Amino acid sequence: MAVHETTNAPGTGAARTPNRGLRWLRRNIVAMAGLATLGYLILPNIVVMVFSFNKPNGRFNYQWQRFSTDAWSDPCGVADLCGSLGLSLQLALWATIGATVLGTMIAFALARYRFRARAGVNTLIFLPMAMPEVVMAASLATLFLNMGIQFGFWTILIAHIMFCLSFVVTAVKARVMSMDPRLEQAAQDLYASPVQTFLRVTLPIAAPGIAAGALLSFALSFDDFIITNFNAGSTVTFPMFVWGSAQRGTPVQINVIGTAMFLVAVLCVLAGQLAGNRRKRSKRS
Amino acid sequence: MTTTATPAPPDGRSEAAPPVLRKTPARKRLVPYWLLLPGILWLIVFFAAPLVYQASTSIQTGSLEEGFKVTWHVATYWDALGEYWPQFIRSMGYAAVATVLCLVLGYPLAYLIAFKAGRWRNVVMILVIAPFFTSFLIRTLAWKTILADGGPVVGLLNSLHVLDVTSWLGVTEGHRVLATPLAVVCGLTYNFLPFMVLPLYTSLERIDPRLHEAAGDLYARPSTTFRRVTFPLSMPGVVAGTLLTFIPAAGDYINAELLGSTDQKMIGNVIQSQFLRVLDYPTAAALSFILMAAILAMVTFYIRKSGTEDLV
Amino acid sequence: MTKTETPQSSGGDVRLHGISKTYGSFTAVQPLDLTVPAGSFFALLGASGCGKTTTLRMIAGLEEPTTGTVELSGRDVTALPPYKRQVNTVFQNYALFPHLDIYENVAFGLRRRGIKSVKKQVEEMLDLVQLGPMARRKPQQLSGGQQQRVAVARALINHPQVLLLDEPLGALDLKLRRQMQLELKRIQTEVGITFVHVTHDQEEAMTMADTVAVMNGGRVEQLGAPADLYENPGTTFVANFLGTSNLIEAEVVEAGGEELLLRAADTTLHLPAARCSASARKGEKVLAGVRPEKVALTHADDADGIAAEHNRLPGRIKDASFIGVSTQYVVEVPGLGELAVYEQNIERDGRLVPGAGIVLHWSRAHTFGLDATQDIQAGADLDEEAA
Repeated sequence: MAVHETTNAPGTGAARTPNRGLRWLRRNIVAMAGLATLGYLILPNIVVMVFSFNKPNGRFNYQWQRFSTDAWSDPCGVADLCGSLGLSLQLALWATIGATVLGTMIAFALARYRFRARAGVNTLIFLPMAMPEVVMAASLATLFLNMGIQFGFWTILIAHIMFCLSFVVTAVKARVMSMDPRLEQAAQDLYASPVQTFLRVTLPIAAPGIAAGALLSFALSFDDFIITNFNAGSTVTFPMFVWGSAQRGTPVQINVIGTAMFLVAVLCVLAGQLAGNRRKRSKRS
Repeated sequence: MTTTATPAPPDGRSEAAPPVLRKTPARKRLVPYWLLLPGILWLIVFFAAPLVYQASTSIQTGSLEEGFKVTWHVATYWDALGEYWPQFIRSMGYAAVATVLCLVLGYPLAYLIAFKAGRWRNVVMILVIAPFFTSFLIRTLAWKTILADGGPVVGLLNSLHVLDVTSWLGVTEGHRVLATPLAVVCGLTYNFLPFMVLPLYTSLERIDPRLHEAAGDLYARPSTTFRRVTFPLSMPGVVAGTLLTFIPAAGDYINAELLGSTDQKMIGNVIQSQFLRVLDYPTAAALSFILMAAILAMVTFYIRKSGTEDLV
Repeated sequence: MTKTETPQSSGGDVRLHGISKTYGSFTAVQPLDLTVPAGSFFALLGASGCGKTTTLRMIAGLEEPTTGTVELSGRDVTALPPYKRQVNTVFQNYALFPHLDIYENVAFGLRRRGIKSVKKQVEEMLDLVQLGPMARRKPQQLSGGQQQRVAVARALINHPQVLLLDEPLGALDLKLRRQMQLELKRIQTEVGITFVHVTHDQEEAMTMADTVAVMNGGRVEQLGAPADLYENPGTTFVANFLGTSNLIEAEVVEAGGEELLLRAADTTLHLPAARCSASARKGEKVLAGVRPEKVALTHADDADGIAAEHNRLPGRIKDASFIGVSTQYVVEVPGLGELAVYEQNIERDGRLVPGAGIVLHWSRAHTFGLDATQDIQAGADLDEEAA
């Protein structure tokens, strides 16, 4: 870790410790505490990865028995596992599209226009984020129950769009607010009609915020359990499959899927980072 | 026309040039409302309306067979509180402890990423975010393995007599960690730690490093610099992080279910079982409302107190 | 595109008729008439919040006037949106599109007008502003001066009838600013486009513009050629905002002739009647003004040698600061307070040190008169805080 001093206090003779080791410890204690926390954060992922190579004796994959790549060679070998995974990916995709479109529209209205009921809209956006999931989940399920709506794919999708919406609004609004309004004026000054201004200037500049909101939506929707649990009926998403298996017996394939997703995510981010770095470097030369 | 400014009546109604007071056309003024309409409608129908519905459900009586009717049966609230107050208190307690632990553990990590990681910053950042991509249920189950009875962690804690101390404090029982409050709080802390680290990092990263140098230059020791400069400037991150940790932690039932026993059930577990197993909708609704009201009250108080209302 | 006019290189004139802008109860621009002749370099000068930028934005179409009309080359464009006006703006802080490279920034206006082959024009324009090799960089990779030149190129490539410049040099350091002032002036002379330049920097306005309009509180205080404004300020605001003025409160003791006779603290001053913008009847108060560099300093011992037709005031040097080309004195005149004097460093009199008794004197013709009912401090120190 490249640790460099950021503070530099002159005349602190009293702080000078006689022992070099002690001084080193004092300077790096924050970094070490941070690294310890990081270890705490990724320890479960390491365990998940290691146990994806386990061959458990019973139905539960909680104790290490012996090394095996059985699960990796047959990730869909458990009934319904890959079906639930596919369903979750499908749900996440549609929820992302829905929440991103609706949320971006709201964000633009909030960031670019003055209108009445602004405070009300802000509150309505904030509340879902300040509400325990279980409350939203139970409320929405009560509504569906009383309306006699069949639980399933559509009720889950409705719920996912609902709780992703606020996060998209927050991400996009921040980006649009920080955008210099003069850029849009400059576009209009340079003969761009309102539609062209939006497509050529506003949208490209807001794109990182929209992308961030969309990514967050995808992750939230894909990983959601509580709200889905209340509104799914007999439909089984991937998190619900995992939940069920925690009661009935955890197949090793769960760990395989978890590890694979972790690795794919890390690789995607790294690839993006490398591409970004290369682009920056080539620009500079 | 002359090339000097002609002072005209302030109301702009000079006879010489009848001014046209221009107004934005109605079409243009309606744009924000059209933009808001679909999303806000979605939230009203699927977020706000259900809450109202929930409120009415909480004062209904009846049974599954005969159907439920609004009878203004407020006693449901008293009965629910009377029966489940221990779970309620426990939820708040666990969530509060987990939030404090998240702050204590998360701050050094956020600080590390913001000021000390240098060129490793992006790598550390990825390691903080990447666990998100493995389903949190799988990761929580991993804690079952880590904290398993007779496992290395429990063995180590035992040999250091840590478990004796925690048993004496009443957060563990005997020589095991699983199915104790410690395990549940540990799981909660783990699950919501990124929600603390990310806002902390965002607000720390905005701090100009020269402020640290300036504080040092003005005779502040590193610890004083932290107390007087860094920490106060990171307050928005602290407030956002604690809210993002406390709120979901207070309503969570996953950790209690997977890592705890019946003695560690939280209010979320009760709502879930009342709703999905017992099918006592009024009680589930009343409990939801109590939880919501308690959290909203605490959040409002907290935001007022910390003076960061602009955060919302 | 609904563009009706074809781009041409010659400038057009701008006529504002009774134009005003109010936001709620706040009036940013009072109803004003203004004509900017075609091909001229016109500056709107004033402190921040005086309404100069709002006026500019109303010409650009970015702000809709509350009342009045805007005419470009004889055509009423008040109702036209900015993208249909043949006017381009160099924005404050440039507003370069961060997601487009320099080439695409400059080509933006041409492309929006549906012009397909932009390559030749863009390259020529980039060469004109000496940024050819930078074409594929992003704006944030350029220095302030380079960004400024991109902003000018991006506007000029469209051959607008009028180029509007909103504090275009505000973000540059002093040396670069001087350089860009000359550069902009050169470009303006070359292309012959009408320039309307908004600035708070009086030196910048005077160096570059043919005509300067000094704005204050939403109205034009005075309008004219830079030298004319400087020599004959019409209000205390102009007198103080453009350079520095010594303003002396005096009473008219004799009026009617070619010269007014004034009395200020036991001294008689002469003021050419033609240079007094206030009505000055006997017994009324006026402000007699004189620029510090017009005032000479003579040691009290040599007072006899002062030309008889000079206005003179006795005083004592309070402070002297040497700044190279000149020395700036603060002189305490009994009964009148402190006056400023700038002396060229030609022959320095060693006796002129703080504490020395001296006589201030200046040619009567350099005295100007202002209405005494105005705030004597108006406009003083304003340009510093705006910068």
